[in-house]
Amino acid sequence: MQPTQQVSIPELIQQVPLNYYLIVSTALFVIGIIGVLTRRNAIIIFMSIELMLNAVNLLLIAFSSYRSDSAGQVFVFFIMAVAAAEVAVGLAIIVMIYRNIRSIDVGLLNKLKW
Amino acid sequence: MLPIILLSVFGIVLLFMGFLKSKVLLLPATLVFILAALATTFMDWGKTYLYFQNMLLTNNLAILFTTIVLLSAFMVVALSNSFIEDEQAQPAEYYALLLFSLVGAIMMISFENLIMLFVGVEILSVAMYVLAGSDKHSPRSNEAALKYFLMGAFATGIMLFGIALLYGATGTFVVSGIKSYVYTNAYGVSLLLYMGIILLLIGMLFKVSAAPFHFWTPDVYDGTPGLFTAFMSTVVKTAGFAALFRVLSVSFVGVYSFWWGTLAALTCLTLLIGNVTAVYQTSFKRMMAYSSISHAGYLLIGLTALGTQTKQALVFYSLAYSLATISAFGVLLVVSRQRQDTNGVNENFDAFNGLARQNPLLGFVMAVSMLSLAGIPLTAGFWGKFMIFTTAADKGIYWILVFAVLMSTVGIYYYFRVIIAMYFREGAAEPVKVAPFYRYVLIAATILTLVLGLAPGLLEGLV
Repeated sequence: MQPTQQVSIPELIQQVPLNYYLIVSTALFVIGIIGVLTRRNAIIIFMSIELMLNAVNLLLIAFSSYRSDSAGQVFVFFIMAVAAAEVAVGLAIIVMIYRNIRSIDVGLLNKLKW
Repeated sequence: MLPIILLSVFGIVLLFMGFLKSKVLLLPATLVFILAALATTFMDWGKTYLYFQNMLLTNNLAILFTTIVLLSAFMVVALSNSFIEDEQAQPAEYYALLLFSLVGAIMMISFENLIMLFVGVEILSVAMYVLAGSDKHSPRSNEAALKYFLMGAFATGIMLFGIALLYGATGTFVVSGIKSYVYTNAYGVSLLLYMGIILLLIGMLFKVSAAPFHFWTPDVYDGTPGLFTAFMSTVVKTAGFAALFRVLSVSFVGVYSFWWGTLAALTCLTLLIGNVTAVYQTSFKRMMAYSSISHAGYLLIGLTALGTQTKQALVFYSLAYSLATISAFGVLLVVSRQRQDTNGVNENFDAFNGLARQNPLLGFVMAVSMLSLAGIPLTAGFWGKFMIFTTAADKGIYWILVFAVLMSTVGIYYYFRVIIAMYFREGAAEPVKVAPFYRYVLIAATILTLVLGLAPGLLEGLV
């Protein structure tokens, strides 16, 4: 592609086949799930969840530009806004726990057991 | 759609009322606000409307679910008089968050676009994360908040990936658009659609705590302050099932043969785990958590046997379940606060020992709600189970029916433990004190349960 040529962003996105986007975002999503299931630090688990959400965002953008439909991009804005609200509440909860037990290791939280 | 706007505004008004020195006004104001929202809900009765650029759709079914949710919230708020005396409590914030979460619940009930499903789920959940951790200095409440938050956000992520795949397959987020895609491509549905359905279902089943995605439920319900547990197990569950019903009955009904087997297996697993584990609990609150899992199983039967009777059965069952659960938690709240043991509040079965002798009214309320949850005739719970089982029989899925009946006999065992403790055990001598208004709410819930048990036809023909 010549640098002088004007390329719209959907065209740029479409230079990579759709299946590649699907594979990359599925991989990111699976990494996120593995992180949630195996890590013990609350912040890392939280980061893994954000990774899952961003895998979704990537997939939505790819589908959206391949279909020339703006609904997917609108959804991405909703996800980003809601994720920010969730971060605010989540970090507050983690800080509250740190104040009480001086640790954010989820393995130490075992007051509730059946 | 006035209730959504009204509840959002009322929530902000409540936050400002928190600046007032006196906390006395907050409780009556919240009750009036919820009643106002309930009244405006019925403005759309009998019609089908699309709101906000086809984002939300109201019909009679949505209005009935909204009524159940608002009624449950009304009763939970009416049972919250203890906040006034509690120095640590921040009632203005609690009530505002409850109203905001109701906005999310109504959006989950009446969504037409999957964007609104996601936003509704998040509004409801984020408010509940905060309320789960509202007892800031209790390690149990902290732990419940963190577990609920991490598991809830995880489930949302899975649900979102499902929605993204559905969008990739169909090119639309609109519920009826997905339906027309499924019908036009009946023989060559994209693989993405199947993956999307599975992931979306997993995400939603997490929220309604169906097995094997239930493991957070007992911990969270146990650690959360009792009042908010009552809210969580009624409002969140009703809204979750309303959302599941809409997405399954509209979008995915064309591929029923694909998902019904999976859902049937999960239904049986939910019934088994919920009922059998509930038998081994010593804490009443934890037993109620497992009982809520098992009731999610009964409601799932209605979805598995999706048919013309399903919506009526779901409405009736969630109403009966909500009434019984709230009155059970109402009794637990007063009893556990006034019969404390060395660990603080006593939420075990032995807290109820001899309750019927000192407080015949509380004993009766608790007995009726336990009978209703167990599905004994003359209570609303019996007809709820009857309707749910009828849907399965109509569809010809008899094995699930036999299994559910077996499991509900297991349920009778642990619900009757409470009744036996109340009526046949010796307990503390002094009676539990109950505020008059509190008593009226409990009486109203019990009368509703009995009336629906005697005249189940009252709700017939509404949907």
